[in-house]
Amino acid sequence: MINKQSNVYTIVYITVLVVVVGAALAFTAMSLKEKQQDNARADKMGQILQAVRLTYPADEVIDAFQDFITDQYVVNSAGEKVAGVEAFNVDVAAEAKKPADERLLPVYVCTLPDAGTKYILPLAGMGLWGPIWGYVSFDADGSTIYGAFFDHQGETPGLGAEIAKPAFSDQFRGLSVEKNGQFVPVTVVKKGQKPEGDMDYVDGISGGTITSLGVASMLDGCLTPYKAYLESLSEK
Amino acid sequence: MADKINYKEVFFNPLSKNNPVIVQVLGICSCLAVTAKLEPALVMGLSVIAVLAFSNVIISLIRDTIPTNIRIIVQLVVVAALVIIVNQLLLAYAYDVSKQLSVFIGLIITNCILMGRLEAFAMGNKPWPSFLDGIGNGLGYAWILVVVGFFRELLGSGTLFGYQVVPQSWYDAGYANNGLMILPPMALIVVACVIWVHRARNPELQEKA
Repeated sequence: MINKQSNVYTIVYITVLVVVVGAALAFTAMSLKEKQQDNARADKMGQILQAVRLTYPADEVIDAFQDFITDQYVVNSAGEKVAGVEAFNVDVAAEAKKPADERLLPVYVCTLPDAGTKYILPLAGMGLWGPIWGYVSFDADGSTIYGAFFDHQGETPGLGAEIAKPAFSDQFRGLSVEKNGQFVPVTVVKKGQKPEGDMDYVDGISGGTITSLGVASMLDGCLTPYKAYLESLSEK
Repeated sequence: MADKINYKEVFFNPLSKNNPVIVQVLGICSCLAVTAKLEPALVMGLSVIAVLAFSNVIISLIRDTIPTNIRIIVQLVVVAALVIIVNQLLLAYAYDVSKQLSVFIGLIITNCILMGRLEAFAMGNKPWPSFLDGIGNGLGYAWILVVVGFFRELLGSGTLFGYQVVPQSWYDAGYANNGLMILPPMALIVVACVIWVHRARNPELQEKA
């Protein structure tokens, strides 16, 4: 009979256990990786389409994306197109940390049969517990918001997580980032309050103040670099 | 030789007389975090049932080989591995559910009920009763979550599962949602109310004054 209290047994036991568990986890992760990546890509496409008020079930989203997104490219902060970069593969969260003039700024051009051309811009920022992100679509004039979509990794359900609900994102429809000829990104304020200065705003989430502030700073930080690009749209 | 186990008691005791949340007062932290809405409360309850049942069975199967001095570590490794595998499977086959669960999955690993059941039951019992014990305790946890989530969502947001339940005419007549209900402390107060009702109906659980 083996002595189960001996140090040798303990060390061998835990080593074998960790190797077995590690192998099982590695195997699971490897064998499911491709499927997970496909899911993540389809999910991202679905999110982009939600910014132009289109919602599709998971199995139709890839076809819908190819139908409606007629062009996608990357611009820089001067509004010029950057060649050789695929917009879909740009890591928006990583770009958002760089200085504005070094960023790669993806643009998705969407053509809707009933509402014309829309330009969808990605956003990335921080909430209370982790990353938040979103997509905002603009009308062809480059200043009026057509739709918005927000999502988060781990905001508190019922509080900060409410930013992902249409009740929050639908407030952005029709707002403008242009005031008296000036570019001013929209912002989020506490319910019943108004922002300082003349700018369009939406009501934040009760009990989700930090997340709401995160959305406001994300809108400011991620839309401002597009200023030149959006202005070039309005001149068209 | 251990006493013959009463399967019925193993399964039904955790639902009421020995409920992990309202009698043992375990798993309170996650109970507080996920019950602002009914839907995440329900999903969290289901995932705890699954993880608890399977980790109980696995620990029970290897219980005779585990060295006593590292048994907690072994239990933790098994639970963590199981939770990660469940999460990976959800990511691959039920992406939407997994997105909803992201934060709760991590909470399952730290759920005191899991460690409590592994240590107190699975380490000393055969796989089948351990499985029943896991399901029973998971259900005991889940129904409390659902009750708390029901009251918090109904009174705090006027909705259930996201659907508007309180009619607009009530709001017009001056009714207002109780914003306090969606804040975390109210979860504990609702749990306390459930404990109150439960103790009142089960006098044998009341501590002697």
